[in-house]
Amino acid sequence: MKYLKTAFPKTLPVLAGYMVLGMGFGILLRVNGYGILWALAMSIFIYAGSMQFVGISLITGGASLVSIAVTTLMVNARHLFYGISMVDRYRGAGHKKPYLMHALTDETYSLVCTGDVPEGLQPHRYYLTISALNHTYWVMGSVLGSLVGGLLTFNTAGIDFAMTALFVTVFVEQWLTTKEHRPALIGVEASVLCLLFFGADHFLIPAMILITAALTMKRKVLEQRDSFEQAAASQQQDTLTLDTKDISMFDNKEDCV
Amino acid sequence: MTTIISNQSFWAIVIMSAMTLLLRVLPFLVFGHRKTPAYISFLGKYLPYAIMGMLVVYCLKGITFTAAPFGLPELIAVALVVVLHVWKRNTLFSIICGTVCYMILLQTMTH
Repeated sequence: MKYLKTAFPKTLPVLAGYMVLGMGFGILLRVNGYGILWALAMSIFIYAGSMQFVGISLITGGASLVSIAVTTLMVNARHLFYGISMVDRYRGAGHKKPYLMHALTDETYSLVCTGDVPEGLQPHRYYLTISALNHTYWVMGSVLGSLVGGLLTFNTAGIDFAMTALFVTVFVEQWLTTKEHRPALIGVEASVLCLLFFGADHFLIPAMILITAALTMKRKVLEQRDSFEQAAASQQQDTLTLDTKDISMFDNKEDCV
Repeated sequence: MTTIISNQSFWAIVIMSAMTLLLRVLPFLVFGHRKTPAYISFLGKYLPYAIMGMLVVYCLKGITFTAAPFGLPELIAVALVVVLHVWKRNTLFSIICGTVCYMILLQTMTH
């Protein structure tokens, strides 16, 4: 109970996000002819938001199992890196570890990666509580969406744009939080190129290969810029007390670019 | 027919679950006892940006510019999401407004 009381407030933003997104997923799945059991199974066992949305179009589009496997690996590749950064923190979690690993979504990661466990709480149990709460929200959202989806009487054509909108917002969010836009541009350019070249049904895998290759070729430049920025950032530490005039000037400049 | 669809979908979900779990467990198995290679860290840092760009393109792959409505609903709705998100930075707000806008445009332009 102590764990629930401490963890619950921390998960409130995720509660809001997962309920709405989960509902969107449930509705979309339902509109495509897959009912509550499918929603439950996907949300419990896959439990990866964007992948589940992509999964709907893979399933309904009749993609082959091989391309489903490869797409899952590429879309969820970022989870490798969540895992890598949690290796130390989840060490010694014992029987809690399998579930902690399974439940490590983007949102859960964002809550546990800071590692600030409230005083007097056992870290792994605290992480487990956070993970289980988030998972519950996601499952509840998708089940609710599945139920609501069956009752929708208005024209739902176009509701699948929710997935596009989700990815666009993440893309914009990432764009705004970094000055290094080349990886994002590489992603778009390589994908458009492969889309034109291989067609809508077969471009995903070539695009992923091209993206990895292009990033690898740019590694030196990206890492140089990275270390340069880090050096600049640490130099700026002293002069970080920018006044608001400076910031608004800076914003304008960014807008022009 | 339904059983064939369900069968295929069942295995699709099994595969998606297994691959996702694999990705989540692998780091703990491989790097549990040693340092992360620099190349992997590099990919971990920059791949997410590129993959998100790819997913946006993936969502828009069905647009046809040569026939009505010429991809207009998509382009307008995406532009709206971008503008709203730059302005408010509120994910749910951007998604809901963008989706409603797209549904209205699609349903009025194609009927």
